[in-house]
Amino acid sequence: MDPKEIETMIARGIPDARVEVRDYTGGGDHFEAIVVSPSFEGKSLIERHQLVYQALGDAMRVQVHALTLKTLTPAQHQNRR
Amino acid sequence: MANINEKIESAVKENKVMIFMKGNRSFPQCGFSAATVAIFEQLGVPFATADVLSDPELRDAVKRYSNWPTIPQVYIDGKFVGGCDIIRELHETGELEPMVKAALGAPAHQ
Repeated sequence: MDPKEIETMIARGIPDARVEVRDYTGGGDHFEAIVVSPSFEGKSLIERHQLVYQALGDAMRVQVHALTLKTLTPAQHQNRR
Repeated sequence: MANINEKIESAVKENKVMIFMKGNRSFPQCGFSAATVAIFEQLGVPFATADVLSDPELRDAVKRYSNWPTIPQVYIDGKFVGGCDIIRELHETGELEPMVKAALGAPAHQ
């Protein structure tokens, strides 16, 4: 699977998100995603990750072996720099 | 034989820290499971594990139980807390240890 496809799927599920996905082994099944979205405001980490998993749907069960997730609000993203 | 969901429920109730993982604590079969176990080893708290690789029914059932698509899954005091990334993040921010200590200090479920 191409990281760009994953980016598109997450962005479709969470329309206000900024998404960056990279394939960290080059094998097309281990990915790392940073998702920044105002929708994460006031949500727990579990709820944030659930939103991303929902956006990925079946791809998460079938094509993606591993996805390392960072879910941040825009304010948290600012603070990281 | 107990229904698989009842099995999961009693595992998370009987063990204050319960980890569903690939492999076991001595021989984790996946980097994410290994990283998760390592954090709890480092905290030095008691925890129990169940190997989903040796039980495909459990592997599917636990994903449905928590509505969470990946393994490992960590339950503290009967409550689903998250997978590897969340545990790592809670550990880094210092939130994990008090959470575990509070669970261990709490009276056992009847």
